[in-house]
Amino acid sequence: MSPDPTHPGLSRDEMARRVAIDIPDGSYVNLGIGMPERITQFVPAGRELIYHTENGLLGMGPAPAEGEGDPELINAGKRRVTVIPGAAYFHHADSFTMIRGGHIDVCVLGALQVACNGDLANWSTGAPDAIPAVGGAMDLVAGVKTIYVLTQHCTKHGDPKLVERCTYPLTGKAVVDRVYTDLAVIDITPQGFRVVELSPGIEFDYVQERTAAPLLPPSQD
Amino acid sequence: MIDKSIAGPAQAVADIFDGATIMIGGFGEAGSPIELIHALIDQGASGLTVVNNNTGSGEVGLAALIRAGRVAHMICSYPRTANSTVFPQLYRSGKIKLELVPQGTLAERIRAGGAGIPGFYTATSVGTPLEEGKEKREFDGREYVLERGLTADFALIKARAADRYGNLLYNKTARNFAPIMATAARTTLVQVAEILPAGEIDPEAVVTPGIFVDRIVHIPDPALESDLVARGVSYP
Repeated sequence: MSPDPTHPGLSRDEMARRVAIDIPDGSYVNLGIGMPERITQFVPAGRELIYHTENGLLGMGPAPAEGEGDPELINAGKRRVTVIPGAAYFHHADSFTMIRGGHIDVCVLGALQVACNGDLANWSTGAPDAIPAVGGAMDLVAGVKTIYVLTQHCTKHGDPKLVERCTYPLTGKAVVDRVYTDLAVIDITPQGFRVVELSPGIEFDYVQERTAAPLLPPSQD
Repeated sequence: MIDKSIAGPAQAVADIFDGATIMIGGFGEAGSPIELIHALIDQGASGLTVVNNNTGSGEVGLAALIRAGRVAHMICSYPRTANSTVFPQLYRSGKIKLELVPQGTLAERIRAGGAGIPGFYTATSVGTPLEEGKEKREFDGREYVLERGLTADFALIKARAADRYGNLLYNKTARNFAPIMATAARTTLVQVAEILPAGEIDPEAVVTPGIFVDRIVHIPDPALESDLVARGVSYP
């Protein structure tokens, strides 16, 4: 990796690759819309993951070629997708039984803010003129066994996304297990944020300066 | 002899009344019963409560029903979509009410309604603004909110094929809310591309058993919402 002085840390693809390493073989996985979708490109050879999309498909394959596909075969982001051999369709109550009943192993979501106690805000900025829209985010964080957040460490304006307490409306309370950013991999522990790993070339203090809550150093054991 | 086929969409929606609660199938355009919705616009019922995951796109289908001022109240999880402008305008001007429901809670409320279950507890929305006003209870050390089952006067859904009993097969992810909505409505209307002779649908493969279906309309070549939007169609 050649460090970019204007933007040190991992690229979006490198962030997605870092998450992919941590998802065990055979997992049933739900990926949020946007950056988490890149993870499918970086699954290590020899591992098989089954992708769930909450509108009613297990065994989602890649997007078809531009202009191809079936308008009635789409993902939760309403984009056309394909199916793998061995896929299954089902109705919404079954799909959310998979989510709410704890059958999906891993969900990777984006975030507006993550608090050091694992609270997540990712559905609304609370702006008075915004049209509120939640989709399946609250179901996913309440029901999926492991919740990973994949996000830039700071907003476009440089404000920390990892905070002491979320100021945006919550998606769920104490639901996040681990956060993957361009700067670090950070676990949510009973003691708060703990750095698991720093991105190449990134110093602990640099991450702490961009985090609005105390960071614990990597454990020494 | 049982035959639930109806001559056309206009006949199927004829008795939908002002103030009715209507569940409309579809996730985005996939599974949207666009011909039945257009027949409902022509029919004129107003003051409707509509249950759908979204609020339609462009000025066709559900968006056209909303644009025509027929919908007083939307119950949905995600009222924003690409090309969705009709709902936001009416919502901001206070002309339509919104009940925002997490997608899985919406599905479970419909399933519960269809099964005669008046309420259930779920962990979804605990600690968020959407738990406001809901009874909370702890089970085994975890907090849950009480959610109510949801029923409707009518369901408008789309399937790929039916037999005369109303046994249904769907197409891929167009299935989404249709099977549960069929169970939760007093009267379920389905538009299908194909009507098959009884016995042609393998009983092992039936997705919606005919008991949940009341009226079948044959629409051999249904319009596609995105095609209509791309062509700038505005209904009526």
